[in-house]
Amino acid sequence: MRRLFLIVILVSPNPLFSAEADIPAALRAIKAVSREGQGNDAAASGWATLAKSGGAALFPTLEAMKDANDTAANWLMTAIDAIAQSEATAGRKLPAEKLEAFIKDSTQSPRARRLAFEWLVKENPTRRDSLLASFVDDPSLELRRDAIALGIEQTEKPSEGSRPTSLQRYQRLFTSARDKDQVEAIAKSLEKLGTKPSITEHFGYVTHWHLVGPFDSTDGKGYNVAYPPETKVDLKAKLKGKDGNEVAWVPFVTTDRYATVDLNKGLDKHKFAAAYAFATVQAEKEQPVEIRIASQNAVQIFLNGQRIFQREEYHHGTRMDQHIGRATLKAGANELLVKVCQNNQDQSWAQAWAIQCRLCDFTGGGLPVSQVAEGKTMKLGFTPDPKELPKGKN
Amino acid sequence: MRTMLLLIASLAFAPTLSAGDWPQFRGATGLGFSEDKNLPTEWSKDKGLRWKAELPSRGLSGPVIVGDRVYVTCSSGTRDDRLHVLAFDVKTGKELWHRQLAATGSTACHPKTCMAAPTPAADANGVYALFATGDLAAFDRDGNLRWYRSLVGDYPAVSNQVGMAASLAIAKDRLIVPMDNAGDSFLAAIDTKTGKNLWKIDRPRDINWTTPILRQVGDVTEVLFMSPKGLFAYDVATGKERWTYKQGGGSIPSPTLAGGMLFLPTNGVTAVKLTDKGAVGDAAWKGTGLTTKNASPLVYDGRIYTVNESGIVTCAEADTGKVIWKERLKGVFSASPIAGDNKLYVVDEAGTTSVLRTDSEAMDILGTNAIGEEVLGTPAIADGALFIRTGKSLFCVGKK
Repeated sequence: MRRLFLIVILVSPNPLFSAEADIPAALRAIKAVSREGQGNDAAASGWATLAKSGGAALFPTLEAMKDANDTAANWLMTAIDAIAQSEATAGRKLPAEKLEAFIKDSTQSPRARRLAFEWLVKENPTRRDSLLASFVDDPSLELRRDAIALGIEQTEKPSEGSRPTSLQRYQRLFTSARDKDQVEAIAKSLEKLGTKPSITEHFGYVTHWHLVGPFDSTDGKGYNVAYPPETKVDLKAKLKGKDGNEVAWVPFVTTDRYATVDLNKGLDKHKFAAAYAFATVQAEKEQPVEIRIASQNAVQIFLNGQRIFQREEYHHGTRMDQHIGRATLKAGANELLVKVCQNNQDQSWAQAWAIQCRLCDFTGGGLPVSQVAEGKTMKLGFTPDPKELPKGKN
Repeated sequence: MRTMLLLIASLAFAPTLSAGDWPQFRGATGLGFSEDKNLPTEWSKDKGLRWKAELPSRGLSGPVIVGDRVYVTCSSGTRDDRLHVLAFDVKTGKELWHRQLAATGSTACHPKTCMAAPTPAADANGVYALFATGDLAAFDRDGNLRWYRSLVGDYPAVSNQVGMAASLAIAKDRLIVPMDNAGDSFLAAIDTKTGKNLWKIDRPRDINWTTPILRQVGDVTEVLFMSPKGLFAYDVATGKERWTYKQGGGSIPSPTLAGGMLFLPTNGVTAVKLTDKGAVGDAAWKGTGLTTKNASPLVYDGRIYTVNESGIVTCAEADTGKVIWKERLKGVFSASPIAGDNKLYVVDEAGTTSVLRTDSEAMDILGTNAIGEEVLGTPAIADGALFIRTGKSLFCVGKK
């Protein structure tokens, strides 16, 4: 008998996980994958178990995405597609009510909820709009985006009998929107209704800075040199800059809609140079933060003296929220320092030396955080009228 | 005949393939031609098609075909962070499976490209799909995940804000993964069975979109990888550098091989003689008139063809570089030219394919075929048909 059992084990295609009862073990194996393919063999066996278990594995797999690392989450995501597709091929409907409850549970993984939503809507298209209506503030950016799009559509073409409350509806959508294209579209509608929404404030851009530079970065070497601001920021200090020239901190206020801090303007044009931008931000409480930067240049982000992000790449394009540094703001004043290096490329498109920087939560939404400059506390994104700015390099 | 010999030699790299497969960027040889016959000459968006299948979204990757499966990758979403791998039946176009991944690396890129830019590779066991985000997944023929790697998770400084696009090459049980970039730059051989590194070597920190090609030298298979700093040859078994050629380099189109010569798309095309010890001596010839931009050069039946972005097609003798003809086609071109059945296929970005004779002394257009959808990826030839992927469809052009 023991021999027979051994033979059965040996001929089983997935000896580690061979039955529905092994779903928890399969999920554990997948969640254990780590760097450079470690754990792949066990994860592959686990994946096969989930796929073979069919519908029974669907919800455990969806739920497992909640605390899976990015690598494991992709193993699970493909298993969800495989399970749902095989159920559909077999002519079995997915349990709509249970799926709906899972989708509405915002504590679950945003990606898992989105996948569940897509499979539910595939089988029950009429459920789409009524479900989306509740996702305007959803942590899943994909669900939120579709909900905002639906909200815009319904506001533009109100159904018969609905009250003309476009202004309030657009204002609500504006607050909830996270994607640049949607924010701009809603802002345009609000402007037509006579209001002046601030995109700069909506996205939480830092507009008030102090700049110092240039420091030497010949052949890019300055990227790895810790110049004095990386040790301590003293806005009154005179520092030794490139070619031995003295440099000092200068205030810089941007009035650009996306808060571009143009160093060519603030510090004059320099090549093979490093510069620093400094700002003080005030948090009401300790809280996680994403510091998001766009730049054509090599950048490093420091929060309260700790480097939280670095990317040494020059003139390969830029876009909003290109780089993200994740950290925790302390209650009270926080020091934000950004190092921006410039190389010596001479093409016309390689002259930009600039950053855009904002503070937000993990969805890209605003935080109860202010910026402080010249003794004044103001909202993130606050943009003074250019006429009120002192004459200078702003 | 010469191309047939090359094809047979190349099958040594991947013994599980058959002659009619197109398992990677530019086919079984990685050089852009097929031995298939009776290939199509005329078609349109609704004529001359074996089938047409819908794709979920964009991709610059080409389709790959092994046995009865066509595999395609796509990417979608506002942030282009949803990655798709699909399999279709070669004969019917029926979608057999569709799997999705979430991008784990940056999705920043030039607006013309997207995360589904590298062409996948396939063998009898299934498909290996690499995305510009550094996500690399192996699925079996039926869509079961065999292994998955987040290369940016493994090597976090990988970075190319223009967008990665170099494609995989396959050498027996090794997947050659080109990851030249502005951060953690590397070339790796990954075990096709387990997804683990067999070797990984550091590479210069340069963004580079060229795809490695393979060369057999006795018992050794070499990986030839061109970059802005020149062409580097590595032993596929160990990753050890065997030789370099630094008198020509580039970062967009990939080189090609034929008749003991290496053709580098650098300032036109530079041809260099190859011996067992590598590229030796000065260039055999330099053809500055053989202009390229995105499309890789093609050698077919003793002739070399180049296509630049404005549609100038140049045909020259591969041995000497002597230009046989040079003409301009209408349109803007990104995809690499491919050939088979004495026909050269050149597709523009608007989805119009010109079919040119390869045995004439002047440009001879056999057909001009519009499908009306954007094409940026290099098509494939397999099963007596041409496979063209657009931003929203996969066309199989050929007899039913």
